[in-house]
Amino acid sequence: MQNSATATPLTHLQRLESEAIHIMREVAAEAENPVMLYSVGKDSAVMLHVAKKAFFPSPPPFPLLHVDTTWKFQEMYRMREKAAKDAGMELLIHQNPEAKERGINPFDHGAVHTDMWKTQGLKQALDHYGFDAAFGGARRDEEKSRAKERIFSFRSANHRWDPKNQRPELWKLYNTQKAKGESIRVFPLSNWTELDIWQYIHLENIDIVPLYFSASRPTVKRDGMLLMVDDERFRFEEGEEAVERSIRFRTLGCYPLTGAVESEATTLPQIIQEMLLTTTSERQGRAIDHDQAASMEKKKQEGYF
Amino acid sequence: MTHSENIDSETIYKTDALIAEDIDAYLEAHQHKTMLRFITCGSVDDGKSTLIGRLLYDSKMIFEDQLATLEADSKKVGTQGQEIDFALLVDGLAAEREQGITIDVAYRFFATEKRKFIVADTPGHEQYTRNMVTGASTADLAIILIDARQGILTQTRRHSYLAHLIGIKHLVVAVNKMDLVDYDQAVYDEIIADYAAFAREIGIEAFTPIPISGLAGDNITSKSTHTPWYDGPALVEHLENVEVMATANQAKPLRMTVQWVNRPNLDFRGFSGQIASGTVRPGDEVRVLPSGKTSTVKRIVTMDGDLDEAVAGQSVTLTLAEEIDCSRGDVIAAADAPPQVADQFESTIVWMDEAELLPGRSYWMKIGTQFVSVTVQSPKYQVNVNNMEQLAAKTLELNGIGVAEIATDRPIIFEPYEDNRDLGGFILIDKISNATVAAGMLHFCLRRSQNVHWQDVDIDRAAHALQKRQEPRVVWFTGLSGSGKSTIANMVEKRLHALGKHSFLLDGDNVRHGLNKDLGFTDADRVENIRRIGEVAKLMADAGLIVLTAFISPFRAERQLVRSMLPEDEFIEIFVDTPLSVAEERDVKGLYKKARAGELKNFTGIDSDYEIPENAEMRIDTTKMSPEEAAEIIVDKIVGSWSYTI
Repeated sequence: MQNSATATPLTHLQRLESEAIHIMREVAAEAENPVMLYSVGKDSAVMLHVAKKAFFPSPPPFPLLHVDTTWKFQEMYRMREKAAKDAGMELLIHQNPEAKERGINPFDHGAVHTDMWKTQGLKQALDHYGFDAAFGGARRDEEKSRAKERIFSFRSANHRWDPKNQRPELWKLYNTQKAKGESIRVFPLSNWTELDIWQYIHLENIDIVPLYFSASRPTVKRDGMLLMVDDERFRFEEGEEAVERSIRFRTLGCYPLTGAVESEATTLPQIIQEMLLTTTSERQGRAIDHDQAASMEKKKQEGYF
Repeated sequence: MTHSENIDSETIYKTDALIAEDIDAYLEAHQHKTMLRFITCGSVDDGKSTLIGRLLYDSKMIFEDQLATLEADSKKVGTQGQEIDFALLVDGLAAEREQGITIDVAYRFFATEKRKFIVADTPGHEQYTRNMVTGASTADLAIILIDARQGILTQTRRHSYLAHLIGIKHLVVAVNKMDLVDYDQAVYDEIIADYAAFAREIGIEAFTPIPISGLAGDNITSKSTHTPWYDGPALVEHLENVEVMATANQAKPLRMTVQWVNRPNLDFRGFSGQIASGTVRPGDEVRVLPSGKTSTVKRIVTMDGDLDEAVAGQSVTLTLAEEIDCSRGDVIAAADAPPQVADQFESTIVWMDEAELLPGRSYWMKIGTQFVSVTVQSPKYQVNVNNMEQLAAKTLELNGIGVAEIATDRPIIFEPYEDNRDLGGFILIDKISNATVAAGMLHFCLRRSQNVHWQDVDIDRAAHALQKRQEPRVVWFTGLSGSGKSTIANMVEKRLHALGKHSFLLDGDNVRHGLNKDLGFTDADRVENIRRIGEVAKLMADAGLIVLTAFISPFRAERQLVRSMLPEDEFIEIFVDTPLSVAEERDVKGLYKKARAGELKNFTGIDSDYEIPENAEMRIDTTKMSPEEAAEIIVDKIVGSWSYTI
């Protein structure tokens, strides 16, 4: 038997991966009807990759769910189909029928767009399929209110989160007991940082949406944000026209709401290099939490993931 | 900003340059970093959030936009006037920020050259023991913050006690705000001497003292010029070098709690789990608990190909060479050093719910991947976390800590918490509200018999019995001395022998001369005498024999104990009913005479009780039938009950 002096310590990425695998297996064993929320972004890509490892040689024993707003980048839709197929998993797609009928879009409806397509859409999908546990790729380092969220986060039957009434989470013992109608959001990547995510993608050679890499793309500059003209639905304001710029995205969402950065980074090490040398945090590219510091917490209480 | 610029911080964070010059080299270095989880404990004003904010700030984990928000917030709700209030970086939820106090556990991240760190930030507020215990449960190290102007406070003792209770091996005592006492060594030395005395009292074996200023940045990332008298490491240097728990656990015997059985098809059956301790290689002999069956590790399966070795902390899937039963909740362990299996324990319990503990009520218990029902007895005592006094207690309320016995509804696989957090730490869940109501730590099991590990055998009791073409029985004769037990048992055995049955007679005299020669005739020794005989009888029954025992066995409880050791219907209790007067009159061995004369103490019937059987399978009234007649009836009973199967 070896003593600890000669033991090989696991690296931080090995430990983070092992923790995420442990969490996913607990859910697979204890939840009745789990699902993995898949947003096609880099965090989802890592989460899906870890899920494949957790259950290998079986495919992950749950489906993928994409809550679609119909306004994602075209390259995201292509990646979505490919990723599900490669993983051997069922892909469920939900689009809020009400939002579709009323033609809710990011140009005319602002915050209502996010609420109806994403928040309401997610609730509808979870209720429709009766999922009692949903994996999400959120990380604690993203935003201050996330830092205090549990890995297993409970939602009432109407999907509300009560930050004052969270279960204590000790060791690696997760209490998955719940009443009928209640559900759990599970965040297996809670303890990962943005750098960990990129480094892991690099090390594990994980396929990600090409939009993360720089390329010449048609863009419009508006209100300090660099938007990409991804399809013919883009609405130019007066005097605007598409300009080709070398850009990439640090986060991905609805294309009219997602800001790009000008960049020449075409490889993962270059992306990581840019990220490390940059001076703005990742979420700044998202229009969603600019309004106020505590906005994320409010959205979560209302049921946003 | 009042903080001094840390000239030496580049030595800790020198990779900044590498990022720009050679990103591949940086990534290569970053990839090999290890990870340390720690917790910071301090009172509201000890500067805890400021210290964490400082660690994040110094490791460049704060972006410009966050810094802008921070500066704006500092002016609005900060406590440092126009200065940056680092605490605002870490105080998260809106409700708390308005109160100016953290009320929950928050996790923060930063990295240096060598390591990534996860900080559990827990409140120092009086009523939140549960938060600190929660944060400490995953920590390798605890930083106890002491305000240099205040010295050791009640909270310091409480936090130290809790960190020690939860088994944190590395304690850092950080005497903070040294700038406010002019970096006076005497102040520091006195606090450390006080702390050392206190630490010894509660059993803390070692701690690392460091004088710091979170606000000014002294001895955080580099040694401060303000404390030339201090020759220990700076805080971050120390954090970079202590051994993490997961690494230390590699030296212990293998334990893996099975989370999930992986069966993609009929040809593959893998057992998935995270290795709690030890290492495993293909070819290793393992034992699956609670069945006790052994097998050999065939493969360590991962998506990246099979591994030659896996160590504590890794999540793996094992396949075994032999097909044996193994499911969620089982533990795969080193074959020669398996953990114990038991159902009663002494434990320390930290109560975490508004509704108090109800002794005797059934709660769910999750320990490892085992999920069982458990009842908690009234605490033996409660600990006052402020002065470690042991107080009498009937229950535990929110944030109460006590030592209590607990009983599970079925045996569980466990190890003392001190040896293994994964197999010794548990949570209790209310069966109605589903709330996590308590955290607990198992210390030891209460039934010694359960310490003995069940050796798994291929030739089991059924095989033994089948070979002898009989069903095992324990025929238990009980009655007063001189009632005729041995005489009748002897005749029964002769008849069984003539019928070709395999039997053995255990009687008072032959057992007391050997196995039990260390026992006398006090009540306690009589109990032990019967217990041992019961165990021997059970082993012989396992071997397929018909066991006859002839002992006074005066107490109901022990006869019941032996009955409970055996499968239903295998224990036949025969009450040889001879009135005391008749037995005393016979007095074959002259014992009654001696007892009456006071030469024999504790003689059953004279000065020690005989408890008459209430539900014996047979009663033999020796005043109404001869020993021969009795033996015939008994043999019929024994053999008759299975003769139709032969």
